[in-house]
This record gives sequence, structure tokens and C-alpha cells, in this order.
Amino acid sequence: MKEIYAKFVSQKISKTRWRPVPSGSLQTVESFATGSWDNEENYVSLWSIGDFGNLDPDGGFEGDHQLLCDIRHHGDVMDLQFLDQERIVAASSTGSVTIFLHHQNNQTLSASHQWTAAHYHSGPGSPSCSSAPCTGVVCNSPEIVTVGEDGRINLFRADHKEAVRTIDNADSSTLHAVTFLRTPEILTVNSIGQLKIWDFRQPGNEPSQILSVTGDRVPLHCVDRHPNQQHVVATGGQDGMLSIWDVRLGTMPVSLLKAHEAEMWEVHFHPSNPERLFTCSEDGSLWHWDSSTDVPEKSSLFHQGGRNSTFLSHSISSQANAHQSLLSSWLTTDPAKDRIEITSLLPNRTLSVNSLDVLGSCLVCGTDAEAIYVTRQLFS
Amino acid sequence: MEELDGEPTVTLIPGVNSKKKQMCFDWGPGEMLVCETLFNKKEKSEVVPGCPFIYIIRKDVDVYSQILRKLFNESHGIFVGLQRIEEELTGKSRKAQLVRVSKNYRSVIRACMEEMHQAAIAAKDPASGRQFSSQVSILSAMELIWNLCEILFIEVAPAGPLLLHLLDWVRLHVCEVDGLSADVLGSENPSKHESFWNLVTILVLQGRLDEARQMLSKEADASPASAGMCRALGDLMRTMPILSPGNTQTLTELELRWQHWHEECERHLQDGTFASSPRLGALCKIMLGDEEALLEQRELLNNWYHFLVTRLLYSHPTVKPTELHIYAQSSLDLFLGGESSPEPLDNILMAAFEFDIHQVIKECSIALSNWWFVAHLTDLLDHCKLLQSHNLYFGSNMREFLLLEYASGLFAHHSLWQLGVDYFDHCPELGRVSLELHVERIPLNTEQKALKVLRICEQRQMTEQVRSVCKILAMKAVRNNRLGSALSWSIRAKDAAFATLVSDRFLRDYCERGCFSDLDLIDNLGPAMMLSDRLTFLGKYREFHRLYGEKRFVAGASLLLSLMTSQIAPRSFWMTLLTDALPLLEQKQVIFSAEQTYELMRCLEDLTMGGPGRGEPDGQGPQDDDIETTKVEMLRLALARNLARAIIKEGSLEGS
Repeated sequence: MKEIYAKFVSQKISKTRWRPVPSGSLQTVESFATGSWDNEENYVSLWSIGDFGNLDPDGGFEGDHQLLCDIRHHGDVMDLQFLDQERIVAASSTGSVTIFLHHQNNQTLSASHQWTAAHYHSGPGSPSCSSAPCTGVVCNSPEIVTVGEDGRINLFRADHKEAVRTIDNADSSTLHAVTFLRTPEILTVNSIGQLKIWDFRQPGNEPSQILSVTGDRVPLHCVDRHPNQQHVVATGGQDGMLSIWDVRLGTMPVSLLKAHEAEMWEVHFHPSNPERLFTCSEDGSLWHWDSSTDVPEKSSLFHQGGRNSTFLSHSISSQANAHQSLLSSWLTTDPAKDRIEITSLLPNRTLSVNSLDVLGSCLVCGTDAEAIYVTRQLFS
Repeated sequence: MEELDGEPTVTLIPGVNSKKKQMCFDWGPGEMLVCETLFNKKEKSEVVPGCPFIYIIRKDVDVYSQILRKLFNESHGIFVGLQRIEEELTGKSRKAQLVRVSKNYRSVIRACMEEMHQAAIAAKDPASGRQFSSQVSILSAMELIWNLCEILFIEVAPAGPLLLHLLDWVRLHVCEVDGLSADVLGSENPSKHESFWNLVTILVLQGRLDEARQMLSKEADASPASAGMCRALGDLMRTMPILSPGNTQTLTELELRWQHWHEECERHLQDGTFASSPRLGALCKIMLGDEEALLEQRELLNNWYHFLVTRLLYSHPTVKPTELHIYAQSSLDLFLGGESSPEPLDNILMAAFEFDIHQVIKECSIALSNWWFVAHLTDLLDHCKLLQSHNLYFGSNMREFLLLEYASGLFAHHSLWQLGVDYFDHCPELGRVSLELHVERIPLNTEQKALKVLRICEQRQMTEQVRSVCKILAMKAVRNNRLGSALSWSIRAKDAAFATLVSDRFLRDYCERGCFSDLDLIDNLGPAMMLSDRLTFLGKYREFHRLYGEKRFVAGASLLLSLMTSQIAPRSFWMTLLTDALPLLEQKQVIFSAEQTYELMRCLEDLTMGGPGRGEPDGQGPQDDDIETTKVEMLRLALARNLARAIIKEGSLEGS
């Protein structure tokens, strides 16, 4: 990775997301969305990373990402997802969920739909209800699933005014993140260290499966599913640990990897290169984990900046080894062979890195130090 | 008290006529609340509608500037880096590092200034344009002062290099010349451009003699009549001895050569080489350091410190740091010529030339509208070990005092509080208490934010604050009827009393509804269960239900009994437990042994002996009493029957 561009933007960034590239097209990644938090006025903004193609070697400043357009957002932006090329779904600390539409012809954003009280607390015995922050959202157009501090799960459809399905009291604690597993199934993580799998085909408010790291109840903050192998899931917790799970096998993580020194806010598999994984944390670091097997030699495994990783891997069941060639390299991680190469991507520690996103060879992340970092040459 | 350094400024509160009405106020960190009040002496006769607002008066308004936020954030990173500079580093490498840090700070100021400048140009209404422009000039003054301090206090340049640094300083801050130069050179006939001679003069004044020489050669080409003179002056420019960084010549050598060159200039002037061209003559006089000639260029010099540096360049090129203030003072006097009095910026620069660091910081504190500048500059100078001797008569030392002021300002801001934390961390004396006081006052609107605050507290072992944050969240959760969440937070805070309270709520809900909520949490309490007796009971009681559900009656029965005999269960709950025992007593097979049945009977008798004292003492009415009596009767019957069956079973087992 050669160049990483930093830009200070005068707002604390809570989320960064690349705009998806239509599949099969030759179009390259060119813009991303950000959401801010803890400002008096919060914004959802769209940025262009500009054209680096004709950049002369000295023109560093032209590499800056430029603001395309932004729009006021009521409350902190707790999560942000692209529904499709034009539409962005934002989760708010006020409990509302908003779809913003990007008009490419005149570069403006507008709110196209809003579910105002998607998440709320019902007070004891009183009809009055106070809003609860919506903490996570995941999209699979046209479906939108949201989770919140009220322990509620909502299933929306972009074209429906009302929620298609609501699971009240789905969780006794705060739900921190959600992701799709297989189409009607979702996976949530909560503040008492549990992963829950929900099947929308089943009635009632019971999860179809609960997985947890036994004993410690360390809150989990983020979750991502392997893009090709849908049973492989990575989560990050309050203690900065990275856990890899095989949701088919048992209720325990396959491996626990000691990682950051504070809350891991996001974890992402690379969408087209899933041997690579990216994590960011409250401790101000952003890491690149590479589990591809063709690591040349052992001495260069740990790059400067990365920390030695301790493997607390649990033994993998024997069937798993039989299909090794088919399995994700994340599940076959053998503690004896240090095959995961960890690189720190940010030049120096800053305040918390709240969010990151990877697409192609591009990476974007946003921090509490009000800076957005972008690189276009992730693997060079 | 020391005397005031300046008149305090008056801020008028719109809508309040202070002649007729009174005002009241309350201090906050960095801001103040003001509202109108009324102390009427019994005369209620006229009630004039007053001002209905409460005003927040902010001292440090710069914190709220969008562009300056970038300055605060970016410099925060530099500040934290500076604190990590190894104490062991000494001598050259340490100095080099400090100079680099200083340059980083300056480049951040410059970037900010650049953006502010763009904003001023783009501003739609003139008022905000003016505001931006005034910010630009403030930032530019900051950078000017910082740069001078860097040369004098951090770089500590000795005689010789000192002047080179000062020249760079002037060139950096009087930068109109580059635009002018492009303008002139771009024209069709440069030497006939109306600003041509101004440009040449400025170049000479700034000691950019190579460029001046090139300009002169253009003039020589254009007018052959003056070609000879231009060449002569050009030669003088070329031969002027200057100290070049890579050169090994000594200062005495330089002085000698310079003296020689100076005499040659003088000779040219006396010989009347430039007599026919007053312009070239004036240039030559400037190069001789002639004060009169220099002062004639007052317009082009812009300010007295440019005059000072030019004067030094052409008359005392090897000026020593200790002599600087003499020349500075006389330059200021000469330049202002008694017509105007020095402004704050002049005083600050003068104090710097006098090497009076404290005066510099004091003047800056008064003149500038924010604490950013003085806090960061003082901290840097402190790292250069320049401030050790100075102690204030209040607080701790000056560095810490200024950092605390700056950090408090950040904490008063809606979102910059996170930056303030690191500043407090590096105030050894009062930083921690300040942080403790501030961190408790951060509004916690989401759990995410609360987690960030918690992390700050936990990293610093601020147990009291950790407990307070968790308690706030637990209370919030209780209010929102989120018992599971509340329990998690009290477990995290290790708050036994609150865990008991929440456990009681769980048990009450169970009694009302007959089923448990939030099983995902209660089933996974683990060791956290030991936090409070009530929580242990809740967990164990739930375990009994699970065993019962799984039809593991024997294990369930002994657990149920042990809850009572070990006194974990609150007495008010015993009746419920005994009622739970009923279905077990009625099972086909015998579950409670004879001994266990005796225990159960004793529990029941203990409970009924207490009479009205058991459980909630009153208010249940005669009807409830009837139900209770029936319950006790039923229990007694079931216990007796079970005892009989148990005795038979145990007897027959022994017999066989």
C-alpha cells in the first residue's frame, strides 16, 4: 500500500461505506458515503475520490477526496448501508430509519422515505414511549433489517410504509449489529456476547440458534459474514478480540484471535478476496489480516506496526479437516503455523477508528479525530 | 492580585436593559449562563415584560469555528506525538525533533489559514467574509509569532545562521512579492512594467539578490544606456558574501570579507557610479544599510520587523542573538517614527526579540481569542526545557495552567471533548481531577457514546466514574423497562446494590406473570451471579425452573430446598418456593426424601410461625388471607403424604 490520503472534515465520522459497483460492469469504485455522530448537526455525506489516473507523482493534493453533497441527519448516524446504487439507508440514534436518494444529475441528496419510530422503549405501564437508538442496519434490496438498543428487530421493505415483520423483545440486552446469513436468516450480536440466528419464516420471538463464547459475556460490537462461505462469520468484541465462527458447528467460536486493545468497532471480509479481513478499533488502529496460504516466509509474517497475535484456537472437528480444500482458510487456521499476516494500515495512532469499508483495491475509514482516510492501492 | 493587564471587554446581552433590570449568572466551564432577574422591593406596580431568554455566554468562541476544528484535531495528533518524544533524547537529535514538531504545528496553521482564505473569498455575505478575513489575519499573526519563537527559542540559531533564519521568516510572511514577480515577468516588456522597480527594490530588501540581478539584466537589455550601471550593481549583488549552510568558513572570515565588500559598495557610491540613475543609487544605498534610504521604502517594507531584518542584513549580518533586542527596539522606533503607537503584535514580537518568553505568552493570551496557540506553544517550549523556573502563584505551572484552560474549552464543546482527554492526561498535577470532573458531565445519549466514555475511564482506572456511568445507563434501562440491559450494566459496574434492585424487579415480574423474561441473559450469568445474593438467587431459581422443565425432578428438588435452607432466598419468596414444591410432592414417584420433607416442613412452620410478620406484613385483605390459609393447608397435606410415602419407600429399600 503506497498512498493513504487523510482529510480532516470537521465532523466525527461514525460510518463510511463505498457505493456499490454494478456487478459485471467495468466501472471502478469512485464514491463513498459517510455519516457523522455527536455533532450538534449531523450529516450524511457523499464523497468522490476523484480521478487518480492522470496524477503526476508530485500532485499529492489532487488525491484528496472531495465532497459531492450532503444532507442533515437528525441524530447520530449509527449505521449506514447502500440499498442500491442510488439509495442509502441511515440508522439514527433517534430510533428512526431513513432512506436517502442520491440524484446524480444535480448532485443532491434527499430523504425519500423514513420510518420515524422504528425503535423505541415502551415505558413501564405507560403508553408514552421514548425513542431508542437504532444501532445497526443491513440491506438486501428491497429488504432492510434494523436492530436497536431496545432489543427489537425490524424487517422493512423499501416500498412498504409499515414494517413487514417486527420481533419485539428479541433480545434482553442491546443489539449491536446485524447481518444476513442465508436469505431469510439473519444474525445479530448483542452486548452480552451472544450471536443469535433468526429465521423470518418462523413465528414467535425466539432465535433459531444462540452461539456464545462461554463464560465471559464480553459484548460483541460487529459481525460480518464470509462472502462465499455463508457459514463462516467473523465478530469483534469489546475486548478487541476477533472471533471466527462456523455457525454449523457447535455454539463456540472456531478461533479467538487476540487483536486490538479496545473495542473492535467493525470487521469486514474483503468482498472479492475473502482471505483478507479488515478490522478497526477504539484504540485508533486499523488492521489488515491476510490468511492467504502463499505467505512466502515466516520472518516477514508480522509487519512493523502489527502486533503479535496469540491464537487461542479451539480444536476444529475432524470432519472439517477432511474438506480442507473446500474450506475457508479462516477455519483451518492452525495455531502451530502462524499463517495470518497482520499489517497496521494507519501511519500513527489517532482517536478511535469508528468505521471502515473495503471494495476492490480501495479502503476508506473514518475516525473520531474527524479525519477520513482513503487508499486506492490496498494490495500494491 | 496582580493588576489588570487590560480593560475587560463588555458584552451586551440583547434584550436586557441593564440600567432598568438586573441580571443573574452562573459559571460553567468555559461558558456562563446569564438571564434577567427581578429584585423588586415590594412595588409590584409595573410589571414590564422582560427578556424571556437564558443566554449562554461563551468565552472561547473559536472552538465553534468549523475550519478551526481541523486545526484542533490535526494539532491534537502532533501534541500527542510530542509528549511521546523520548526524554533520553538529548542534544542534536532532540532539537531536530522539536524543530520538526514546531514546523508541523506551523504547517497545520498555514493549511488552516489557506482554507480560511478560500472561505473568505467564497463567502456570500460581506459580514461573514469579513469574519473569515479577520480569522485569516489572526492565523497569519499566530504563524508569524510561532515562527519567530521557533527561530529564537527552539532552533536557538547562533550568530550568522540567525540572520538567514530571520530572512526566511520575513520572506515567508511578506509573500506578495511572488505574485508581483509573476505579474511583471509575464508582461510583454518587464522592465517597462509600472511595478518593475518596486519589484527589484523588494527583492533587494528581502536579500533575494540573485533574482534582483536577473531583473537588472532585463533592464540592461532594454536600455543600453544604463547597461553599465546595471552590470556594476549586479556585480555587487553577486559578490556579497553570505553564509551558506554547507560552507565551513568561520564567522571572522565572513566578517572580513563582508567588510571588504561593504567598502567596495561605499566606493562605488562615492565614485558616483550610479549618479545618473537615482533608482540604482537608491538600491546601492539600501545595500549599504543606509537607514534613511531604507526608511524611504517604508511602503514596500510593510512593517518594522522587515525593516529590522533588512537593516541587519546590510549592516550587521553577524548579529548575535543577545544584541537582537537593541536593533529591534531602535527599528521599531525608527519605523513608527513616533507617529503611531505599537500594536499588540508589535509588543509580542518585541518581547520575543528580548527573549522574554513569559511576556510573549502573556501578551498572546491577552491578544488572541483562543487558548489553542498559547497552550501548544507553551507546551512545546516547555519540552525545550525553557520554562522550568517559572511557577504561577495559582494552580501548578504555566504549561499546565494553559493546557487545562484549553482542554476545558474543548470539553465545553459538543463534540470536541474527546480531544480534551489527552491534554488532561499530560497535566501531571491537576489533569486527572479535571478529567474526572469533566467526564462525569458528558451527556450520554447513546450506549455507543457511553462505551467510549467508559473506555476513557477504564483506561485510567477511574473506578468512581466507571461506576457512575454504568449506574446512569442502568437507571436509564430500568426506566425504559429494559431489565436485562440494566442488569448487564450493574454487573459491569460491579454494583451489588443495584443488581439486587434489578433482581427484585425480575422476581416481582415473575410473580406477576408466572414466567421469566430475558432468559438469554439470566441463563448465561456465569460467575457474575455471585455479585449479589439476590442475583445468585435469581440465577439459581431460574436453574430450578430449567431442571423442572427438563424433568430432572430430584436435582430440582434439592436445589429448591437448598435455596431456603442456605438463606439465599428472601423470606418473602419462601411461600412461592414452597408452592413450587407442590407439584414435586404430588409426583407419582417420591422425590423429596424423608429428611428433605422434614426440612420443608420446618421451613413452612418457620414461615407460618412468623405470622403476620412474614412477607409483606399487611394490606392483603381477608380474601387473600383465605387463599394463603388454603395454600398452607394444601402444603401441609402434601408434605404429610409425601413424608408417609418417603418413609415407606426408604423403609422398603433398606429392607430389600
